[in-house]
Amino acid sequence: MTMFLYVIGFSILVTMALALARALAGPTVFDRILAVNMFGTKAVLLVAVVAFVTGRADVLDIALLYSLLNFVGVVAALRLVERGSFYATERIHVKTKPGEKL
Amino acid sequence: MKHYISVASLLMILWLLLSGHYNPLMISFGVVSVCFTLWLSYRMRIIDDESHPIHLSGSLIKYWIVLSYKIFLANVDVVLRIIGVRPVEPQLIRIPFPKQDDLSKVIYANSVTLTPGSASIEIYPDSVLVHTISKEGATALLEGDLADIFPAKATQSNEAQQ
Amino acid sequence: MILDWLSYTLITLGALLSVIGGIGLHRMPDFYCRLHAVGVTDTLCSFLILFGLSFQAGFSLATVKLFLIFAFLLFTSPTASFSLSHSAWKWGLTPIGVREDAPSMKIKVREES
Repeated sequence: MTMFLYVIGFSILVTMALALARALAGPTVFDRILAVNMFGTKAVLLVAVVAFVTGRADVLDIALLYSLLNFVGVVAALRLVERGSFYATERIHVKTKPGEKL
Repeated sequence: MKHYISVASLLMILWLLLSGHYNPLMISFGVVSVCFTLWLSYRMRIIDDESHPIHLSGSLIKYWIVLSYKIFLANVDVVLRIIGVRPVEPQLIRIPFPKQDDLSKVIYANSVTLTPGSASIEIYPDSVLVHTISKEGATALLEGDLADIFPAKATQSNEAQQ
Repeated sequence: MILDWLSYTLITLGALLSVIGGIGLHRMPDFYCRLHAVGVTDTLCSFLILFGLSFQAGFSLATVKLFLIFAFLLFTSPTASFSLSHSAWKWGLTPIGVREDAPSMKIKVREES
């Protein structure tokens, strides 16, 4: 049982390594964010497997939290990519009157 | 009002399941935090038919069962394409929405994205731009593979509101 | 005993699917196709692994937590992949192998604004 879960955890680690390789090699920034998203999903599954290896159900709470954090992280990184800069330069250049549409 | 009752009971059930302690102190903490969450969402005005569609719950369960079967088939298809048994032929198609209200559009685009082998990449007022991995998937979507099983009740209460 | 073997089979299939998804991340030709490879690992792979683990847990709070993890993954993954593909499209990343009569890049200007 424990040995079996070790093997499963190892294969999930292999997938995470493949995703990291894509994150390093990705031609565009979107490939990198996609790979990091997959890395996070696999990390959730790995934490769930680890919870059963150690036999402590409390570890599942970490997986629960991480699945939400991963999503927020991906969307935040995408917002940053869409704006292109840390919300700094664009705001200085945009000149509109209040109530006017961009 | 019934939305708030439904949300409160769901949140309370979630608290009880996640905490795992059932002494009065922990339950009172749960009641306090549920009330705080309800107050916050009342101030944000985010609980309505759109964010919490209780009028759909019955038909959505049936939809999910059919959708999960389709997701399973699509998974097998994409896995075969990854290991090279079938060819990879990316297609870009524009398919109309089955229903015209916002909630149905969101559910439809989400289902398309959730199915591996097809991903929605742009929403237009009347249609959605979909990237599929194969020609068969593209023709199946154009013929209304997902639109056929779409719950018919989705628009009724929303149109009644407007 | 039968449940044990069932859960072993499910978890093994899930791990196999996750490795296939990782390979697909490298075999697919462009970004939009890689999105589908990640979709496999988000839906069926996580379902098989978490469902198989829930057999090991039996009827307890751990099963509920596994189900909640799966529900969160299921609700967040289409949103994340839609925002990924949408911002890639707006940024101007063209998919490969697209027919000539497909919507061109000019159409991507939103009509309503």
